[in-house]
Amino acid sequence: MPTGTLQVKAISGHSGTVPGAGVQRAEEICKYIDVTTCIGCKACEVACVEWNDMPFQQTTFDNTYQTMPSTAWNYWNLIKFNEHQREDGTLQWLMRKDQCMHCEDPGCLRACPADGAIVQYTNGIVDFQQENCIGCQYCVSGCPFDIPKFNSTTKKVYKCTLCSDRVGQGLEPACIKACPTGCLKFGTKADMRGLAEARARQLREHSGFVHAGVYDPPSVGGTHVIYVLHDITKPELYGGLPANPQIPVTYTAWKRVAKPIALLLSLFAAPVAFFHYISQGPKEPQPQPPGQEVPR
Amino acid sequence: MTNGWIDIKNTDLMLIMGGNPAENHPCGFKWPIEAKLHRNAKIIVVDPRFTRTAANADLFLQIRAGADIAFLGGLINYAIQNNRIARDYLVNYTNAAFIIKEGFKLPEDGLYSGFDPSTHEYDKSTWNYEAAGSSGRGNAPAALPPNVAYDVTLAHSRSVFQLLKQHYSRYTPEMVERITGIARDQFLKAADLFTSVRKDGDMKKVATIIYAVGWTQHSFGTQIIRTAAMLQLLLGNVGRAGGGVNALRGHSNIQGATDMAGVFDILPGYLKMPAPDDVDFATYLKRTTPTASKPAEWDSYNYWSNTPKFAVSFLKALYGEAARKENDWAFHYLPKIDRKYSWVEIWDDMYNGHVRGMFAFGMNGVQVGPNSKKNIEALKKADWLVVGEIYPDETSEFWRAPGTTPDEMKKIQTTVYRLPCAGFAEKDGTFVNSARWLQWKNIAITPPGDAKLDQEILSLIFLKIRELYQKEGGKFPDPIVNLAWNYTDPLHRSFVELAKEINGRALADIADPTGQTIRSGQQLPGFAALKDDGTTLCGNWLYSGSWTEAGAMTQRRGTEDPSGLGIYPNWAWSWPANRRVMYNRASCDPSGKPWDPERRQVWWNESGRWVGNDVPDFKVDSPPKDHMGPFIMNPEGIGRLFGPLAAFQDGPFPEYYEPIESPIANPLHPAQSINPVVQTFKTPLDKYGTPSQGFNVVCTTYRLTEHYHYWTKNNPMNVELVPEPFVEVPVELADEMGVKGGERVKVSSARGSYIAKAMVTRRIKPMQIDGRKTYQIGIPIHWGYRGIAEDAGRTELTSANLLSPTAIDPNAYTPEFKGFLVKIEKA
Repeated sequence: MPTGTLQVKAISGHSGTVPGAGVQRAEEICKYIDVTTCIGCKACEVACVEWNDMPFQQTTFDNTYQTMPSTAWNYWNLIKFNEHQREDGTLQWLMRKDQCMHCEDPGCLRACPADGAIVQYTNGIVDFQQENCIGCQYCVSGCPFDIPKFNSTTKKVYKCTLCSDRVGQGLEPACIKACPTGCLKFGTKADMRGLAEARARQLREHSGFVHAGVYDPPSVGGTHVIYVLHDITKPELYGGLPANPQIPVTYTAWKRVAKPIALLLSLFAAPVAFFHYISQGPKEPQPQPPGQEVPR
Repeated sequence: MTNGWIDIKNTDLMLIMGGNPAENHPCGFKWPIEAKLHRNAKIIVVDPRFTRTAANADLFLQIRAGADIAFLGGLINYAIQNNRIARDYLVNYTNAAFIIKEGFKLPEDGLYSGFDPSTHEYDKSTWNYEAAGSSGRGNAPAALPPNVAYDVTLAHSRSVFQLLKQHYSRYTPEMVERITGIARDQFLKAADLFTSVRKDGDMKKVATIIYAVGWTQHSFGTQIIRTAAMLQLLLGNVGRAGGGVNALRGHSNIQGATDMAGVFDILPGYLKMPAPDDVDFATYLKRTTPTASKPAEWDSYNYWSNTPKFAVSFLKALYGEAARKENDWAFHYLPKIDRKYSWVEIWDDMYNGHVRGMFAFGMNGVQVGPNSKKNIEALKKADWLVVGEIYPDETSEFWRAPGTTPDEMKKIQTTVYRLPCAGFAEKDGTFVNSARWLQWKNIAITPPGDAKLDQEILSLIFLKIRELYQKEGGKFPDPIVNLAWNYTDPLHRSFVELAKEINGRALADIADPTGQTIRSGQQLPGFAALKDDGTTLCGNWLYSGSWTEAGAMTQRRGTEDPSGLGIYPNWAWSWPANRRVMYNRASCDPSGKPWDPERRQVWWNESGRWVGNDVPDFKVDSPPKDHMGPFIMNPEGIGRLFGPLAAFQDGPFPEYYEPIESPIANPLHPAQSINPVVQTFKTPLDKYGTPSQGFNVVCTTYRLTEHYHYWTKNNPMNVELVPEPFVEVPVELADEMGVKGGERVKVSSARGSYIAKAMVTRRIKPMQIDGRKTYQIGIPIHWGYRGIAEDAGRTELTSANLLSPTAIDPNAYTPEFKGFLVKIEKA
């Protein structure tokens, strides 16, 4: 993958420093999704499938305009359609583009034990590196947004890359480029956040949506995909957007408690190794097993 | 569109009705959103269903399909009663002040004056203006009077305004509720919001009306659009940035098809088709060239007075050297239209054995309907059928329509030729969009295999026929052998050559209106240069100016927008004369100053000319004191609230009539429930259902964002997005039927049945229509018996248009695809 100006910030299952971290200043990027001007046209879905060369698949009618029940390993961008009857009897038809949120504190990355299978770039993109994925699916349970999806054939997990290949070359993500109404925008986190706040204010002041607000949940450190919602107090209405997304405690514990302990324990490894060498001597060469093709 | 797509961003208010732009024009829908984001503009959506457009609306009202005139008439009534009208605009720019002849009768009983029950037609002689100085009595000639009586106080009891007021006073909020199913308070909310742009007579704000085939596809479709136009005139919203009456065209080039006369009763540029009574060219011109009709003190440009120039130049383009003054410019080569030959009539004629063969190019006639079964049966009776398509389609395979037994198949004698054609991306040329822009497009990929361009196929056929006529003669070979065909490669005529011919060129050295000489053979700068003496040729006067000596205006891609109004004068070219908003003189007050200085389009300059950001749609040197009307295409020069004489077949004001199949009798006049001049058909397959036969659910048909007509069912990506046909059913109706979402339902009309899965939804609610609980359902049209899902056996192979009736609008001949009756049951 051409990564261009992408700078790695964090790596899954990797102890020690991140190679090259802090070498170069990088701005945090962000996708802006104004749910209140989305028309559910699915141009973003098509752009995602086509840019990422996904195979076509057979879907089934499911009493909805929604293409399929949830994102899939080969369908990373899905508009969720929800009919919502308000208390005054009027109807809302909510259309929210669902995809990886690219959390600042990514549950997937925290959960992942495979070195280099998940990387977070300094610009905020959280990217899966399938060549390093061991298929353990911890990331699936680590994600509060139900995004990573396992492919049982390749035994790898996939999700939206925020078009890191395009972004790395200075282009906007494919979904953004395809959006006909401009409800999707792309830029720096600060700029998108500013746009989103302004739009939410407009909705509150001029369109009667008194609870309009910006979804950028602090419980995961904020996200690099933010939503403008008509009602920020009820994100669940928009196809199950969690009000307070949480990384499972086992994974926060893994990173915050277990890992430092392991690191501490590993400090004992050096003296142990030293004494082992002193007492046992150097490692002798072993006969090689017959050569084997490594399937790739 | 009177305006254009980008211009929608200039509006303060949008009424979106009879259209679903968020779904069917998603790229264009960026402009309503732009208006929302940057002007805090409001959107009112009125539709039988809560659509994806409704999801973006500030106010949504669910209307019974077909009840639009009742709603719009109610808005007219509300605007007048609450004095939310543009009085100066009304007096000076419409025929509100004109006096109507005595003897004209409003349709309290459902009929205007002059109805003949034996022919179901109107004698329209009373539908006329009163001539100034006359008593108003007596037999007037069936022509508009040159000098019209008027009353600028609008108080005269026979003034158009008073008649209009009286006519729509019957469209009370209560009546609107009974007919449309829209609750009174909801209607009043919408009426207050829509007319709020004219609060206290302030003229700054502007509202637009946006519609599509949801308005045209009714047995009174033309009159729905007219009601909208009248409402916009009443509010002073026409000719202004952010205003107008805006038709969203449903195909990339349907505007071009209409402009170039893909309709039986017009010639390119909306010239009228000759009739049998047009014994010579002079008679034809006399009939089709209007003379000004206005108050003596006012002025009228009457632009159609140029008809002879347009017509002669057209005949020169068609017949070249063979069109000479001595032979009436070969006028007698043109067919004379003795009756209607509209879409539904063609199929009716084929069903009745009169049409023996058909070329079906660029359309899927069986699927397009209405009453697909009749079209299938008609094709069985034809001798031959030639289909030019990019996919195997239902029309070319009509012989294997579901339900056809092998025995029946053997009996079908129709010879079918299926020719592989090039798709839209496999050729260059122009598209004309809804905003009237002619935009050149480049070929993206060459046609695969043996596929040929449609026009190459047609050229092959034409050249062969001409050869036969030249060799063997015939009854009347002249129009064929003398057709001008002077192309570099007669078989592969380039679109460049055709586009240049359509623009027109000089055939001798001529002087253009500014006094410059145009040399023989040069491209014309515009239609003002056209002559009626045979020294110019022009394929379509409206497109003159699109390919001049300066080159292809259609290929321009300038992104400058100096005014910020989204005019983009150097992007492509829009007819007429690269004007982006039509009738833009009306954006100024009578003295020539813009109603809204913030949105200045054109204005009267002290130097004595009309100037502006847009091209003035006016006689540029006509000073405001001359009182020339801004609607220069009408002989009156003003906008018609009252459509005089034969302007419309079914009345000078739109009256609400029920759809041909309706759950109720018309509450306004139960004895005359439907349009009295509607056309229905009489073959055994032309059946019409009634509630007493059990057809009591209102059904409407439409398209989805995810599919494009009957093509994309062949494309895996589109099929992935929406895999199967479905029927949208209200939750309450589904509960009554015991049907859950995803279960199969059978929808039947008097003509046929349609089977698909139910989409049970809250987006269509049960309605109270004239006090009776009424359900509506909706069917997307995209499936048939050929396609990915169809071929894989995942559908029931039924087509939506098996259900729709053969009933057509008397003015535009559009079938009633929306608002017919069905019954629905568990399948």
